[in-house]
Amino acid sequence: MSPNAAHIITEFAYLAASVLFIFSLKWLSSPETARRGVRAGEIGMVIAILATLAATGIIEYRWILIGLAIGGAVGVPLGFVKTTAVPQRTALSHSFGALAAALIGISEYYANPLHHTKFGMIEIALEVIIGSLTFTGSLIAAGKLQEILPQRPITYRGQNIVSLSVLSAAVILGITLMFRPGLTILFPIMVGVSLVFGVLLVTPIGGADMPTVISLLNSYAGLADALLGFVLSSKVLIIAGALDGSSGFILSVIMCKAMNRSFTNVLFGAFGQVKAGAGAAAEERTVRSATPEDAADILKASSSVVIVPGYGMAVAQAQHKVRELYDILTRQGVNVTFGVHPVAGRMPGHMNVLLAEADIPYDKLLDMDQVNSDMPQTDVALVIGANDVTNPAARTDTSSPIYGMPIIDVDKARIVMVIKRSLSPGFAGIDNPLYYMDKTLMLFGDAKSFVGEIVRELQGGHQF
Amino acid sequence: MPADFIISLYVFVLAGFVGFGVIQRVSRLLHTPLMSLTNALDAVVVVAAMIIAGRRETELAVILGTIAVAASFSNAVGGFIITERMLRMFKLDGSKKS
Repeated sequence: MSPNAAHIITEFAYLAASVLFIFSLKWLSSPETARRGVRAGEIGMVIAILATLAATGIIEYRWILIGLAIGGAVGVPLGFVKTTAVPQRTALSHSFGALAAALIGISEYYANPLHHTKFGMIEIALEVIIGSLTFTGSLIAAGKLQEILPQRPITYRGQNIVSLSVLSAAVILGITLMFRPGLTILFPIMVGVSLVFGVLLVTPIGGADMPTVISLLNSYAGLADALLGFVLSSKVLIIAGALDGSSGFILSVIMCKAMNRSFTNVLFGAFGQVKAGAGAAAEERTVRSATPEDAADILKASSSVVIVPGYGMAVAQAQHKVRELYDILTRQGVNVTFGVHPVAGRMPGHMNVLLAEADIPYDKLLDMDQVNSDMPQTDVALVIGANDVTNPAARTDTSSPIYGMPIIDVDKARIVMVIKRSLSPGFAGIDNPLYYMDKTLMLFGDAKSFVGEIVRELQGGHQF
Repeated sequence: MPADFIISLYVFVLAGFVGFGVIQRVSRLLHTPLMSLTNALDAVVVVAAMIIAGRRETELAVILGTIAVAASFSNAVGGFIITERMLRMFKLDGSKKS
């Protein structure tokens, strides 16, 4: 085969891969076609890899095969992590993707440092800066999610100025290289400074903001890939990067809206963290608590129940008990649905995966808008391991740090039941007036065992 | 301005529009699989990494290229596996896992 023919075949293979990638995402529009989407993506990837192996220019296969073997050995276990660990796996994969993009950019620079055009050099610099900062930023995010690193935000005075100075330094080095690409000493410094900026970007961000951060890093990883496509004039990289980048961007916007944060606020790494209020005055307020028997009686007598799960449910490993509760109530003719807040869980859509894993049918998983419109006709709202996303202060109390955040309006249901270990405020340290309402029953205890006891009560009642 | 850049920019802008159009229609239920799938697709950088690792130009290029092949290929493998696993969990009737 002549080199030219090989080149044409490779280019057409890349085009086919690009088309398959678009179909892959298109089929993700519904759970029925989604698995076909994975298949399309896999075929596209195999076509692209095989076409590249056949491409001209490759003369040494040994290192490629070693790389593929290592990648496969690392990738397979990462494909089989538990669903609760998917957020940290995702952060780690953003980090790997960004690492690959950055290393290829670095290699392109050193391939010919003296002959880069201004345009080529600025593309490389931008690509390497974004790739490097996404690499370290995602590693920090993964560490926080895996709880190797502290979850709480780490902040110090003058943080914004330090971080922005570091970023500016990287940009200035990049611009200098554009005019003097031969100053090879500056290039590793630029890479190092970008790596440091990635750390500074994510360290100050707390665990509660992780869904937004992951989405944003996803977007950066896609952008790094697309920029690499510019450097190498590779259209398939530009297309895959643009798809990934726009996906991360859309998810970031959804997460921002769900937390009532401005996009600029998040784009700059959520520098201006909202400080939690200094704790409301501890006035004497009455709380009504109830036993599992009471809860079972109320649930049995109701005709519609909305369960609002939070990450606390997954931490308590309660989702399978919740499924049992769902099953027994559904058998008794109660209409049970789930109200899933967009930021429930540690990454976009995480709660849906956890519930689907517990075999809850996905047509019962409703999003916030759907469930809120039904809430006034709902008999019981059962909150399990969620706190801030049900806090009515977000609608009414302008002084609350979460004021304006869209919430699931559980307080509009006829009866609210909240399973919680104690009255202590949640992760964000914000008081929740929901717990002191007349219609609210507090069910104190561990989510898993409490739901289990309710199930036992309901089963006992059924036998008579 | 190089002609290559203009073509790349066209591709980028149009692919961005396609991305927005397609991804906005993705069911909210599937946002986690969406992220793992786009991640796997993004791993197509493996093709660029393979060329660098296989061109035998400099030692540095081979080392960087090989690491990049490993990093991106692990994303492709792991991303597709976990997406498929998660999507299998989404069922309508709640019957036991196969």
